[in-house]
Amino acid sequence: MKKYGRAGYIIIGILVAVASGFVIIGRSPKDSESAVGKEAAQVIIKNKGSDTMVNLAQAWAEIYVDVTSSASVEVSGGGSGTGVAALINGTVDIANCSRQIKPKELEQAMQNTGKAPQEFIVGYDALAVYVHHDTPLDKITIPQLAEIYGEDGHITKWSDLGIMHVNCPSDEIIRISRQSNSGTYFYFREALLGKSSDFKLGSLDLHGSKDVVEVIGRTPCAIGYSGMGYATSHVKMLEVAAADGAPYYAPNLENVLAKTYPIARPLYMYSLGEPTGEVKAYLDWILSEEGQQIVEKLGFVPLTSN
Amino acid sequence: MNILRKKSAANLPFSETVIELFIRLCGISSIVFVFGIFFFVFREGAGFLFNGLDLGQFLTSPEWYPTSLSNKRYGTYALILGTFSVTALAMCIAVPFGLGAAIFVSEFCSPKLRETFKIIIELLAAIPSVVWGFIGLTLMNQLIIAVFNVPIGLTMLNGSIMLALMSVPIIVSIAEDALKAVPDSYREAAEALGATRWQVTYRVLLPAAKNGLLAAVLLGAARSIGETMAVLMATGHSVNIPSGPLSWIRTLTATIAAELGEVARGGEHYQVLFIIGILLFTITFVVNLIADLVIKGIRQE
Repeated sequence: MKKYGRAGYIIIGILVAVASGFVIIGRSPKDSESAVGKEAAQVIIKNKGSDTMVNLAQAWAEIYVDVTSSASVEVSGGGSGTGVAALINGTVDIANCSRQIKPKELEQAMQNTGKAPQEFIVGYDALAVYVHHDTPLDKITIPQLAEIYGEDGHITKWSDLGIMHVNCPSDEIIRISRQSNSGTYFYFREALLGKSSDFKLGSLDLHGSKDVVEVIGRTPCAIGYSGMGYATSHVKMLEVAAADGAPYYAPNLENVLAKTYPIARPLYMYSLGEPTGEVKAYLDWILSEEGQQIVEKLGFVPLTSN
Repeated sequence: MNILRKKSAANLPFSETVIELFIRLCGISSIVFVFGIFFFVFREGAGFLFNGLDLGQFLTSPEWYPTSLSNKRYGTYALILGTFSVTALAMCIAVPFGLGAAIFVSEFCSPKLRETFKIIIELLAAIPSVVWGFIGLTLMNQLIIAVFNVPIGLTMLNGSIMLALMSVPIIVSIAEDALKAVPDSYREAAEALGATRWQVTYRVLLPAAKNGLLAAVLLGAARSIGETMAVLMATGHSVNIPSGPLSWIRTLTATIAAELGEVARGGEHYQVLFIIGILLFTITFVVNLIADLVIKGIRQE
């Protein structure tokens, strides 16, 4: 026993040190926001908001490091509402928003800061409804989709939609969805059901926009939704009508830009007052061709077709 | 043993003391890490676990609506059933193959073949789980569609086959060790009594090594319960009470993997995911504890 005495004390000492280290780390403030390329930068542009846009904003910020050395961008998510709130409090330079700013928020910003938030549309988020290439269906309405996906929906068979799906002998509609906290899921649910209702359980909740299209391409019975940019030759994008009897529109850039395609929304960025200096340079770059290419790369719709 | 230790301790040069201390630290660090991980998981989930979560609903309701805007529900019943059913089916596939392979490698095959087998089995263990998941998503999906004539092959069966392939190497190597641990005198005695090789295995070796074999199975099962990526990709990831091997399911681990990335830090949903972590921790702890107790049983015999 004696032999281990000294070593034992040392070990106990280290153990205590490590354990207290854990406790200290445990107590330290929770959020360590990601900072991109902080080094060698003079100006830090703070950018916060929409979770739908957080990957896009992050991608912009990462590439912007190579564009200029005089500014860097700090991105965090939290939702459109938190972004606007931070803008009103003057703690961020740019707020990301997947909805338009509310009149009340505009008013608050004016009162608080004396400046009016300036709106920039930086891209579009358009969801296409995909089915397998062999599905004898070309059009669908939002109410029909709500009946398929919604908690109280009654459409479970392809024959309920009035079609004979030869390649799907079981006639069952296999719903492909996304994990329940992805921005895509949120938007699709809101577009179909509003805010008061939920999706039916038992859909296949896949993990990425690409996986959705991949699985639908292999599954004749399936229906699903994903970004417009993910289409392959194995799947078909349906034309969508906003209501029964309303005209159908194909998911393409023109219809998205003309705002006739029903499951598309603009993505906004707001600055406090007319942007100046580095913030202006950043927004200009986002709206430039280079910035818009990143929009397309991440599965969103850029402002102009190229 | 004791004398040797004392003697060396008296004459140890300083460098050896340092090395010994370092090795000791390495050993102890594993304990520290396990407790550290448990501490962190528990700390993240504890707030909501003791204050707000309806534990009854958590364990018995199949309704998993963590992001509902009108009515959030955190029921993991379907996920728990998913985890256990996919593991049980995986074990039904892996145990016969694993134990069979272990018996063959340890008792029936030539030394040269044995070495080859061991290398191949180790290779099987080295395949990353995301690769298994990809095989499940593409190859096995098509195969199950073709064989069972179902609309989609991302099912419990698919996930179970992937899990079975992953846990077979563990079962084989531990079971083989258990069989090897049976003294040769048992085999010789049985053969001297005129038993055939099969009789020796069936009547003598299996009963003698039964604890080790059980431990092998349990450790394989623990591996299956904890596996994430492959089941996320292969089982369909659908909140569903399983009705058979061809239904789509979702497991506890896959839920954490899929949802933790995009959840608001510190929120209810975030904490619930950590509570699922605590649940998983408890399940694997119990399984490993049983395996340990079983192995201890062997040593006492």
